[in-house]
Amino acid sequence: MNNNQTTRPPQSSRDEQEIAGFASHAGSWWDPVGPFAPLHQLNPARIRIMSDILARHYERSLADHHPFQGLALADVGCGGGLVTEPFARLGFSVSGLDASQESINIARNHATEAGLTINYQVGAPEETLLDLATNDVVLALEVIEHVADMEVFIAGLAQRLSPGGLLIMSTINRTLKSLVFAKGAAEYVLRWVPPGTHHWKKFVRPSELSEMLRSAGLRVVDIQGMTYDMATGGWNVSSDVSVNYVLSATPA
Amino acid sequence: MNKTDITCDVVIVGGGLIGTTLACGLAAYGVDVAVVDRITPENIISPDFDGRASAIAHTSKVALEGIGLWPIIAGETQPIDEIRVSDRPSLMFLHYDHADLGDNPLGHMAENRLLRTGLVTLMHQTQGLTVLAPAEITEVARTEGRAAVALDDGRTINCQLVAACDGRASATRTQAGIGVTGWTYKQQAIVTTIDHERSHDGIAHERFLSSGPFAILPLKGGHRSSLVWTEKSALVGSFMALDDGAFLDEVAERVGGFLGDVSLVGPRFCHPLGLQVAERYMDTRLVLVGDAAHSIHPIAGQGLNLGLRDVAALMDILVDAKRYGLDLAHSAGLERYQRWRRADNLLMAGMTDMINRLFSNDIAPVRMARDLGLAAVNSMPPLKRTFMRHAMGQVGDLPKLMRGEALG
Ligand SMILES: Cc1cc2nc3c(=O)[nH]c(=O)nc-3n(C[C@H](O)[C@H](O)[C@H](O)COP(=O)(O)OP(=O)(O)OC[C@H]3O[C@@H](n4cnc5c(N)ncnc54)[C@H](O)[C@@H]3O)c2cc1C
Repeated sequence: MNNNQTTRPPQSSRDEQEIAGFASHAGSWWDPVGPFAPLHQLNPARIRIMSDILARHYERSLADHHPFQGLALADVGCGGGLVTEPFARLGFSVSGLDASQESINIARNHATEAGLTINYQVGAPEETLLDLATNDVVLALEVIEHVADMEVFIAGLAQRLSPGGLLIMSTINRTLKSLVFAKGAAEYVLRWVPPGTHHWKKFVRPSELSEMLRSAGLRVVDIQGMTYDMATGGWNVSSDVSVNYVLSATPA
Repeated sequence: MNKTDITCDVVIVGGGLIGTTLACGLAAYGVDVAVVDRITPENIISPDFDGRASAIAHTSKVALEGIGLWPIIAGETQPIDEIRVSDRPSLMFLHYDHADLGDNPLGHMAENRLLRTGLVTLMHQTQGLTVLAPAEITEVARTEGRAAVALDDGRTINCQLVAACDGRASATRTQAGIGVTGWTYKQQAIVTTIDHERSHDGIAHERFLSSGPFAILPLKGGHRSSLVWTEKSALVGSFMALDDGAFLDEVAERVGGFLGDVSLVGPRFCHPLGLQVAERYMDTRLVLVGDAAHSIHPIAGQGLNLGLRDVAALMDILVDAKRYGLDLAHSAGLERYQRWRRADNLLMAGMTDMINRLFSNDIAPVRMARDLGLAAVNSMPPLKRTFMRHAMGQVGDLPKLMRGEALG
């Protein structure tokens, strides 16, 4: 621990510049044609993939009314709550965590309007003093590429996961293809970052992510790709993980 | 919040054929709905409310089987085995026979009252479906987070999505600032039902008279038919004002002698005709469905069929969204609905408009051209089969419900 502190002094996953960027656009989280439009397009596909994974893991049927009743889920880096709300509707008791106070304000208001009960908290997963017990499911979607310290972040996620639980992460691969195709799509969230500071280098390969998860005591159990269909403007599940991918892991 | 306030997933404005079908279909798959109409279901099924009969295309029948309506009404429907199109006075024939395409009939005739009565029965049997009628809507408020429909009795219905099924004069559409393009035809449809001495043998007739198309549509029992008589608007008033005897004479002359003696059953109705298409099918937490989105000339008997396709497509999208906990009004879903349905409906609107223009006119060269056209179509089996498939609804990207598949 002491060693780590000398090599990575901050011991925090917070990247203040990124957080300020999200904060300045927080008012647009729910605008389907605003700066987060690509996320709105991606959302149904990633919710579908995750619901199917979770239904298999917990042997629940999506045909039931609240299939995930009795299970707790934490959405880390929840932003305005685009993913948090659907999982609340599916019966999970849901918490949402985000480092941006502005985003959490938007998320809280939206959930109230939609009549959903969600425990929203401001913070990063490794921070103590959060009202965030262990969860059956922890999500970290499109967020690891925005954090300052990936190891610290992942250790925080692992700490929030109960034994037998499932961690689901999604992010963008660091391949030549993602450089060409995903950077354009990823700029949407990063457009407030001064030109040139958006590093394609921050994208993570599945192998690297698996290694970090292993170090945090987690084992990868599934990986799937998501590909964009130009013709329909929608996203499909695929085995091609060269750009966007979804990875799930359990405590080893 | 008032304690009598209601919360559901989708509020359906308008309990016509499309609104009630959508309500039954969604509720059957666990999507909670409330249907609001200013008229009560009892009034809607009274004999003097709607005297029309609808030609139900094959794929529409499959959809109605899927929602459980067809078993309730099947015994009272009439299969259409043949369609004969003629252009008097030259009497050239275009003849569609179901045997050209296989065993299925070309469609089924169902009286609208039968459909409406069956839908009321089905609504009673369906859980998760609330009917609010008679009720006037005082406000439809839609925000990014939710929608709320306020009624004149002081209640409010909170929901995720409002489906405007309030017909071609849709106030919901107007309030949302969605414009329409279209025109009125200087024609109206006189609708009445006749009994006749000889059997219709399951044959539907479409005659092109000088005022416009005249359809004789077979109903259950062999000796009853529904008439749709398209007439120049300027003359409609005088026909509607005739006493029953004189009106029957006009009808009998147009039907011709082939059905033997004819008599009138029930009242006559008239419907102004127009073509109208909405600029968009969606807005924040709002979709347009059925005649609220598109209203076309009844010449090909396709208005309801298009609306049922809207219903089936919307069900595909909403049942999927409900299953995955998505906001039922999520923009990708509504955009998909609009992309899916708008082009198809525009194509049909264009086709019916063209056919009506072509056939509602007595200019000799035009008549000759269309006669040659009909004869040519009749002698070209592949083209004829394509036309028939269109009429049966078997073209394009069909929603699951119309393919006879389960949703969710
Ligand atoms: C003469 C004729 C023959 C036809 N034949 C055929 C055929 O053979 N085959 C076919 O497929 N189609 C046919 N059609 C077309 C078909 O009838 C229509 O497309 C269909 O009925 C449209 O149904 P709808 O539910 O969308 O609208 P509507 O039937 O207009 O229903 C709208 C409902 O909304 C309610 N409403 C309106 N405003 C409000 C409000 N503000 N608050 C509450 N409630 C409200 C009304 O009371 C009504 O119940 C024919 C049409 C005509 C005119």
